[in-house]
Amino acid sequence: MSVDIEVYIALSAILFILGAMGVLVRRNAILVFMSVELMLNAANLALVAFSRLWGGAEGHLFVFFVMTVAAAEVAVGLALIVAIFRSKQSIDIDELHQMEG
Amino acid sequence: MFQVPTIADLNLGLTLPALSLALGACVLLLLDLFVPRERKEITAWLAMAGIAVSFVLNLAGFNESGTAFLGTFAADQFTGFLNIVILITAFLGVLLSLDYLKRAKIERGEYYVLLLLSAAGMMFMSSANDLIVVFIALELLSIPLYIMATFRAPDLKSEESGMKYFILGAFAGAFFVYGAALVYGATGTTNLPEIFAAVNGIIAAGGSQMFLLLMGTGLILVGLGFKVAVVPFHMWTPDVYEGAPTPVTAFMSVGAKAGGFAGLLRIMVVALPVFVLKDGQTAAAWQQTFWLVAAATLILGNIVAIAQTNVKRMLAYSSIAHAGYIMMAVAAAGTAGVANEATRAALLYLMAYMFTNLGAFGIALAIEKDDGSDTGVDNFIGLAKSKPALAAMMTVFMLSLTGIPLTGGFVGKWFVFKSALDAGLVPLAIIGVLTSVISAFYYVRIIVNMYLKDGEGDPAAGATRYVNWAIYVAFAGTLLMGIFPWIATNLSDTVVLAVEMFVR
Repeated sequence: MSVDIEVYIALSAILFILGAMGVLVRRNAILVFMSVELMLNAANLALVAFSRLWGGAEGHLFVFFVMTVAAAEVAVGLALIVAIFRSKQSIDIDELHQMEG
Repeated sequence: MFQVPTIADLNLGLTLPALSLALGACVLLLLDLFVPRERKEITAWLAMAGIAVSFVLNLAGFNESGTAFLGTFAADQFTGFLNIVILITAFLGVLLSLDYLKRAKIERGEYYVLLLLSAAGMMFMSSANDLIVVFIALELLSIPLYIMATFRAPDLKSEESGMKYFILGAFAGAFFVYGAALVYGATGTTNLPEIFAAVNGIIAAGGSQMFLLLMGTGLILVGLGFKVAVVPFHMWTPDVYEGAPTPVTAFMSVGAKAGGFAGLLRIMVVALPVFVLKDGQTAAAWQQTFWLVAAATLILGNIVAIAQTNVKRMLAYSSIAHAGYIMMAVAAAGTAGVANEATRAALLYLMAYMFTNLGAFGIALAIEKDDGSDTGVDNFIGLAKSKPALAAMMTVFMLSLTGIPLTGGFVGKWFVFKSALDAGLVPLAIIGVLTSVISAFYYVRIIVNMYLKDGEGDPAAGATRYVNWAIYVAFAGTLLMGIFPWIATNLSDTVVLAVEMFVR
């Protein structure tokens, strides 16, 4: 039994929107960050589904690159979060307001 | 059948400028281990040598065009011209950083490695011919910048700047990937010329494929719009620019824009120029959107800049406004027949903006104190008395940002407005001229502060030797482009962005 392509794309769209809302609504830096990862993985799901539809390899290739880049981003992002936690004892992004104007 | 490509198929010769810089960064990371802690300027000089090598290779191959890495990488005069802009930006960025890092006590060799990697990302972006490469270049450009923005840690402002840049940059990156996935879903390929070949059929067929293509293009525009900071994706810019160390701000205000616009122009002009929804329409369907974005960016950037009291924040809003002028050229590129002229206008504008903006940030850096304070507009009061040469050069930079004749900024604006008029975007050109007039208000305020207000005058302790050199180069470039514009236009006249050149 095979699942239609539309189902995959609908699922990926839902995941993407959930991720985007998470970034906008969540205040904890780590949760914001997880939401970004959710968005990237929604894109990965869409890429793999389309890749199967077209029978090409580009989508799979793209997914590998996205995963690699996401890993690099995690490394930098967590380092930033640790640095901020050390100086502020908090990772609430609403408390980041040194600069206004 | 799938064939294993040979080395000759990869066409490595064309990629040498970008590859040499990326390799140079890796080698530098290794060499930096052997540089003693108190002599990190050696790393900076090695970085500049790497940039110089890449620059020479770029000039040597300026007129060669073709594709490499099996059609995913395109080298042409567009690449060559943008690489010149990116490499000069990186070079001046290193010069500005040398003494600043020492003053701020954040001198670490990795800084220069990150700067080279980011510049390499920008160069890959200028020659990307495939959505996958655009994405990798975008992230290679951004991730080092997140770290560089935080380089002043544990300074709270710098950490906040890096964090905001990181969250919004990653958010934008996710939008770009999703957009690219939808475009791939609609066309079945990530190669820009192949997308071009598929687009007409998809528009004719309509239906869900067209929907995917439209959504994908929109999401790609959101992703790249964040990078180049156009309204409504500009909110991060002032905070990030203010909090980041000043040489980093100077580097990213020019470099990230050059990279982002390179990607936008490549995708929009090479892959989607015939994106026409109705018969008889001569402009690409995305032109209307770009028109609106450009107009909103021009108005908001220029008006909010008036209210700023911190010069780094003011230059941040000014950079948003300048992104609007470049966006105007991108919008003009949507009209059939004007694409190449508008592309050249955008490139010339970027070059003029590069010299002027790096110079202005150089002077802001010169009056800044060791702890990063005193970057207010009021700190310029009396500068004409204490440092007449710096004040005179700052005057030229401010006039160039306004777009007064005999400066590079005027040349850039002239070509951008001309391409907008040729594309039939008369209202947009009028908005451009009017907002330029508004912009004079906040640029001239700095000149008034320097010359007409009585005050002590800042000693400009940051104007050390290398910072001065960088400012002189920027000053010379601004004036040369203004007085002898043909030096730059001769180079840009060879730039042609057309899909025929890159078909595999």
